[in-house]
Amino acid sequence: MVEHRPWSQLAAHLILIAGVALVLFPVYIAIVASTQAPGEFLRGTLPLVPGGHALENYRAMWESGLSRAGAPPVGKMLVNSLVMALAITLGKLVISLLSAFAIVYFRFPFRLFFFWLIFVTLMLPVEVRIIPTFQVVADLGMLNSFAGLSIPLIASATATFLFRQFFMTVPEELLEAARVDGAGPFRFFRDILLPLSITNIAALFVILFIYGWNQYLWPLLITTDSDYYTVVMGIQRMTTAADGDPQWHLVMAAVVMAALPPVLVILFMQRLFVKGLTETEK
Amino acid sequence: MQTKRMTFPGRWLPYALLAPQVIVTLIFFIWPSLQALYMSLLREDAFGLSSTFVGLANFARLFADDTYLDSLSVTAVFAIGTTLLSMAAALLLAATVNRMLRSRNAYTTLLVWPYAIAPAIAGVLWWFIFNPSIGIVPYALEMLGYRWNHRTSGADAMMLVIIAAAWKQITYNFLFFLAGLQSIPQSLIEAAAIDGAGPVKRFWTIVFPLLSPTTFFLMVVNVVYAMFDTFGVIHATTQGGPSQATNTLVYKVYADGFVGTNLGSSAAQSVVLMAIVIALTVVQFRYIERRVNY
Repeated sequence: MVEHRPWSQLAAHLILIAGVALVLFPVYIAIVASTQAPGEFLRGTLPLVPGGHALENYRAMWESGLSRAGAPPVGKMLVNSLVMALAITLGKLVISLLSAFAIVYFRFPFRLFFFWLIFVTLMLPVEVRIIPTFQVVADLGMLNSFAGLSIPLIASATATFLFRQFFMTVPEELLEAARVDGAGPFRFFRDILLPLSITNIAALFVILFIYGWNQYLWPLLITTDSDYYTVVMGIQRMTTAADGDPQWHLVMAAVVMAALPPVLVILFMQRLFVKGLTETEK
Repeated sequence: MQTKRMTFPGRWLPYALLAPQVIVTLIFFIWPSLQALYMSLLREDAFGLSSTFVGLANFARLFADDTYLDSLSVTAVFAIGTTLLSMAAALLLAATVNRMLRSRNAYTTLLVWPYAIAPAIAGVLWWFIFNPSIGIVPYALEMLGYRWNHRTSGADAMMLVIIAAAWKQITYNFLFFLAGLQSIPQSLIEAAAIDGAGPVKRFWTIVFPLLSPTTFFLMVVNVVYAMFDTFGVIHATTQGGPSQATNTLVYKVYADGFVGTNLGSSAAQSVVLMAIVIALTVVQFRYIERRVNY
């Protein structure tokens, strides 16, 4: 603050409180709605204070889901989402670390070609090549499987670039010292490079986990078996239930449970999250 | 492109290390994209039994098709609306948070978590709030004399998806604006204050111009987000309706190819979208190379 102006400070706080309230509003409404009794919505307006039916709504969704709308129990879908998110995250981290290591620490023919090949993936999001990608996955027999949910998404240009960038800043002397001591590439990678990259890996983990958890179009395309539904896409099935208006108190309980894991990840790892977000975009 | 001065010897090892990434890229990125290019030049008969080579006819048809041109303008409105709304709100919040000393971290924590919410879920949340029969906002609007119904009014539906998409993106813009604001030297602002410029004047004549690299970068990122990452918002709420009012390009590729099974047209649309992403990526990267000089 340059000058002391109590009134403008107060106005600033008011703006921020209004902003925070607007940002929080949809979630507050969802939480309130998820605690109501079924009949509450028939009266025409939504109550603004929580009701007393939280436990039964959440338990009903966790254990049995909305079978009429073709949605399996939320507990099961959460497990599916977790498996998919972790598979995507770990897959991306592993293959990106390996390829960045190859590109920075080896000299070999077609190095530049491979670098560009990886770069191209940035330009081809699933959204623009929906049908042919689906075709490939169907031909490989990967529909309705965790492999099909995760493997097509694990190529990552951003992660590879980030690690390449980071490896370039690792002092040359470390490699020389390691070579003098007789360490081969694997030893060097495991004992020197990995420990040095740990913060970068953790920051990227947060971003990639959220990316994986929030996948929507891809699971929608390749899962027809409700055993493989993930929670984010499962909720859409509930809202489009054939018989009239969706059962909002139950849908909102599912929404809260689906949003909770990634929100907790961000809140508990805020520093890593901010680091990951600002660095992957460089 | 540089490597380290000293490298490991090894003839096969680097290829083996690259193999997983390259194989996934070839099978799931390059091959389907070539396939889309190829299919965009074919037309299937009504039963899907045979296909004939038709050259660029699919593209010619596409750009003569009113629904596609409509979809282009819907996408433009949606992308611009989302970008403007989200960036304006984020800039206001970031500039205000940046004035705070003790409460800065508390406010930041309260503002960062919408990033974690999936676009589809953001859509469902706002869909519920704006629900014409039980939602809160239509209830309030009704008292002001406006009858909200996104099931019948295209403008209302567009507003709804823009709000949902922009809401989710506020965190991202907020964090980048905050970082940009913190890199502006305090001495410039103090000098202006000594010359008698008030907070508003300082913002528009000093802070905002110095933020322009961040602003430009965010504009590109937000347009990419609005065009490609918001499929979930549309699919979980309006499904492109009412009467195509929110049928964005990405949603249309899905609807035509998957639901309507018009493969040639869908592939041609994919190719157009690829051209758009490539153009945006080039803009983004050229700009980032220049940013070093700022």
